[in-house]
Amino acid sequence: MSQLSESIRGLGASGPLRRMPRANVERIATVVVLGWAMGFMLWQGAGFTITLTTIFAIWAILAVSLNLVVGFTGLLSVGHIGFFGIGAYTMAILASDASYDQLRTESIPTPDWPFFAALPICIALAGLVALGVGIVFNRFRDDIFVLVSFGFAIIAFSFFLNLRELTRGAFGIHEIPRPAFGSWALDGEVEFLVFALICLALVVLICWLIVTSSFGRVLTAIREDEEAIAVFGYRVTHFKLAVWVLSAMMAGLAGALLASWTSFIDPNSFILLESMLLIAIVILGGLATIWGSLLGAMAFVLLEEGMRFLPFLPPEFVGQARQVVLGVLLVVLMLFRPQGLVGRYRL
Amino acid sequence: MTESSAAVIHTIDLSKHFGAVRAVDELTVAIPKTGITSIVGPNGSGKSTLVNLLSGTLPLDGGIVIIDGVGLRLVKAHESPQHGITRTFQEVRLFEQISAWDNIMVVLTERRLIPSLFERVKPAHRETAERVLREVGMWEKRDAMAGELSYGQRKLLEIGRAMAMNAQTYLFDEPFAGLFPQMLERVKEIVVRMRDQGHTLIFISHNMDIVRELPDHLIVLDSGKLLTEGEVHDVLSRAEVIEAYLGE
Repeated sequence: MSQLSESIRGLGASGPLRRMPRANVERIATVVVLGWAMGFMLWQGAGFTITLTTIFAIWAILAVSLNLVVGFTGLLSVGHIGFFGIGAYTMAILASDASYDQLRTESIPTPDWPFFAALPICIALAGLVALGVGIVFNRFRDDIFVLVSFGFAIIAFSFFLNLRELTRGAFGIHEIPRPAFGSWALDGEVEFLVFALICLALVVLICWLIVTSSFGRVLTAIREDEEAIAVFGYRVTHFKLAVWVLSAMMAGLAGALLASWTSFIDPNSFILLESMLLIAIVILGGLATIWGSLLGAMAFVLLEEGMRFLPFLPPEFVGQARQVVLGVLLVVLMLFRPQGLVGRYRL
Repeated sequence: MTESSAAVIHTIDLSKHFGAVRAVDELTVAIPKTGITSIVGPNGSGKSTLVNLLSGTLPLDGGIVIIDGVGLRLVKAHESPQHGITRTFQEVRLFEQISAWDNIMVVLTERRLIPSLFERVKPAHRETAERVLREVGMWEKRDAMAGELSYGQRKLLEIGRAMAMNAQTYLFDEPFAGLFPQMLERVKEIVVRMRDQGHTLIFISHNMDIVRELPDHLIVLDSGKLLTEGEVHDVLSRAEVIEAYLGE
């Protein structure tokens, strides 16, 4: 691919981990992560398990959808968090409680829509923005693509922060409702978890259908050599644009879920750093594998939440510590197992 | 070869320059529809550039390409199969991190975006892929990643990928370069077989033994211009060819 990735690939050319048969590493990684999750949940009890799994479901939707673009198509996008934010803010603006608006220091339009009316708009808007952005981004490849997607994440963040008439800027938006079927609102944590897991299952199913279709095979060919595949009659830009939009729509769904679950969002949830963490999850789990992204998301959530319980770590450092741990993990993985825990492909 | 009626590809004043270098310089040439045509010439004479222009891999700067009677000022890569053209690359461009099987499969399946999302592998695809892989002797290696194959195997797989397209015209950029004698014989057999099946074959080669033996028609390029063309033995005996290409 690019010079940058070539030089990354050159590092640690022959590690014992890299030579280990794929099936073994995959099995060990799966057992370790799942065992860790089980143990942790048993130790902390039901309430914690529910919270942990809900966070996992949201991050897993993000990771699986990003893997479509990064792992299968070879477009290293660090802008995915922008679409996540668009989904979340659309839900917040459309669905937040109108009566609460009188208490706000800064007023925003509040159509007061129910969750399920707003959800399709969240997904569609993320897709629409992706379409516009993607038409421009289609001109770029490799390292330059990374840079422009970086730019998108920053622009999206500054929109969330500065478009105060819509987003209330740094104040954030409160009172975002939970999904409701008629009078039955998914207020309970268990109900919401089930709903989030159903969404995740749908996303995984759609991604699986995509990557096992003829379309999916074309994506991998684009990743390997987009000039060569064009000669065989494929309009590469259309395929790249399509997967980019589909992936963004899934991120939009994840954003809507987050907004509804936490009932409050502000721009800090959508900073560039979150995008980097997301890339780390995808690479850690393995490129071009759906199972890897699920595993990566689980490992990440366990790390993030697990660090709260470290006795020697003061609570105020937990946030920073997870970044350090994830950063170190990513470097170690790039050195010894660049294809990720269960992946086959390298950047 | 002046009558364009018997030509599958005809170029008029075709030009491509990279900065000040005229890689292909107002080239007017006709490639006959029947038989094997070989393009020869010294390094940098514009052979690969010509193939890249004809397949749309490079945009042309000037002139016109007539393919099967249709004049084109702009050849788009993704439209080249519609013109009945497919190709291999000088540097062997396979899809490295997917299997040999999928390298063939990917040129057999649906080209349209939306239908491709709903298409799974069909028995017809499977049959063609198996036939092609067996024809190029790569059936045993079908599950290997393309990037893990030997150079000769990669060349064969790339030719197989082109064969799977079932095109009228094949542009092979140095299909014989760097092959062991055994592999070379195999590629020669494939080329002859394809000619006998009625396909148009155009290949670039530096191997003079093959150039004497295989093609029916020869095109000699020098500095992006047509030096001469015609029947192989006739062309090879011309003084200007001996001087420009064979040295001395």
